[in-house]
Amino acid sequence: MSEQGQSGGGLTESEVRKVAKLSRLELSDAEIADSAERLAAVLGYVDRLGEMDVEGVEPMAHPSDDSNRLDEDVPRDGLPTSVLTGMSPASEGDFVKVPKVIDGGGGA
Amino acid sequence: MGYIGGMSTPCGTLVEIRDAIRSGAMSSVDAVRGCLERIEALDGTVCAFTQVFAEKAIADAGAIDARIAAEGAERVGALAGVPVALKDNICLDWGKTTCCSRILEEYESPYTATAAQRLIDAGAVIVGKTNLDEFAMGSSTEHSCFGPSRNPWDTERAPGGSSGGSAAAVAAGMVPLALGSDTGGSIRQPAALCGIVGVKPTYGRISRWGLVAFASSLDQIGPMTRTVEDAGLALDVLCGEDPLDSTSARVEVPAFTDRLRDPIEGLRIGVPAQARSEQNDPDVARVFEETVERLRTMGAEIVDIDLPHMGAGIAAYYIVAPAEASSNLARFDGIRYGRRAEIDQGEDLETLYSRSRAEGFGGEVRRRIMLGTYVLSSGYYDAYYNTALKARRLIKGDFDAVFSADASGAGVHAVLLPSTPTPAFRIGEKIDDPLALYLEDIYTVTANLAGIPGVSVPAGFAEVEGKRLPVGVQLLCPAFGEVNMLRIAAGLADSSALETMPAG
Repeated sequence: MSEQGQSGGGLTESEVRKVAKLSRLELSDAEIADSAERLAAVLGYVDRLGEMDVEGVEPMAHPSDDSNRLDEDVPRDGLPTSVLTGMSPASEGDFVKVPKVIDGGGGA
Repeated sequence: MGYIGGMSTPCGTLVEIRDAIRSGAMSSVDAVRGCLERIEALDGTVCAFTQVFAEKAIADAGAIDARIAAEGAERVGALAGVPVALKDNICLDWGKTTCCSRILEEYESPYTATAAQRLIDAGAVIVGKTNLDEFAMGSSTEHSCFGPSRNPWDTERAPGGSSGGSAAAVAAGMVPLALGSDTGGSIRQPAALCGIVGVKPTYGRISRWGLVAFASSLDQIGPMTRTVEDAGLALDVLCGEDPLDSTSARVEVPAFTDRLRDPIEGLRIGVPAQARSEQNDPDVARVFEETVERLRTMGAEIVDIDLPHMGAGIAAYYIVAPAEASSNLARFDGIRYGRRAEIDQGEDLETLYSRSRAEGFGGEVRRRIMLGTYVLSSGYYDAYYNTALKARRLIKGDFDAVFSADASGAGVHAVLLPSTPTPAFRIGEKIDDPLALYLEDIYTVTANLAGIPGVSVPAGFAEVEGKRLPVGVQLLCPAFGEVNMLRIAAGLADSSALETMPAG
């Protein structure tokens, strides 16, 4: 396991903050501290994989060798747009409402 | 609290109810009403169900009865009129599909999962949805936003998980069949702790279309029942290729129920050294040895084998599964479906995502998303994720080696393992120690990593504080080897003739 990997066992709160941001999770300071402790325990355990001899072993991401097979390109009915937009917690007509993404005026 | 009791009558097995309906001794409405009464009487205590579709189920049963009267039960389907339940991470185009998460608490799926549709097409009546650990992440159902289910054998104890609601419902005689999903043991572990049969089929045997994804390379739907024959009957209906799931296998589906009574004499069953861990509860160890002796008495050849990489299973699993989960659960952002958090004027879209997810996901799901994000992040990908994928290859290689013939002799037909290291634990006992809970799955995760089928079958009892608690054993077979797996499981179940339901 790399040096960086070994640091996982002692995950710092600032690292947890970064991971929470990448995970799109808004956590309180108490939740960050609790997560740091619990994640460190799990990472400390999984670090044992670093002791395995995996030299030259082909990574296995999927149990099936047939996982990227292609189907015939046959059209079929999908769900109506109104059903899909209707599932949104905020929709109007056939659109999903979101907060403003682009700043007004600047044309950015 | 102790054993469940009450005046209601437990339902029959899947085969018993099917036969009673076929012979005209019972209507589908009677069968469904019986299950609803049992649920009504016991579910205040057991908490197996998140939703019960009482009115719709009776109406559906009435429609099935009319079709049976017109066409005959056999033409209506293999499960004509039989009541069943689904784990609440399997989509139906009615009711809610909550995954026992606040983020999906009000979610109504616009479509029905293929596995559920196959049950419906076979004439089954869906009476309700069952409890699970949020998004199937857990081994006790304590991580459900609706609160824990309780083990019918001792209601102070957890039924296991994540398909704990399905296991408890079947063990309490509320339904003869409930579907579960198994990513690292989530069918087999609760089946063992509740004294029922649980099958995780080969990866690809049953379509995952409409199963809310947790870890897509590990997830499989499977049946949970009181008998092996019932599991076979359910598999006959559930298995097969689905054009909507490109990972569903293009492999012929045998009639699982036809070969259940074939004698197991001459089959070679491998017992790995790793099955006899010192961590096993003494009753689990005793039941395991009794099972080995029973198999020998039935004429099976017991072969000592080695699965040298099994010890890496939990570590590899807790990298691979969270990595896939962090990606799969990225879709829950408060925009297209599910719960959306309030944001103030001036707060941005990212705050909306992050707050919706923090409010919507429980602690265990948040931790697994963070763990998965971490092991996939730049600088750690190779050290964690890629190493875990290599360990996964070695774990699969262990199974390939014991199942195939080599210079030292013929391969084994099946591997025997305990289902769990301990009998059912108390609710609350392990909730603050995630690692202890993760180790519950030590005997089950390797089948998911390798993509092979496994079944947990009741094998005996532990005596714990004056209570009888079920103990299961597990059989694993090569990919698409379910016929032999169920045949051996049926032989074991017949030879032990254990009760599959608590008294009362």
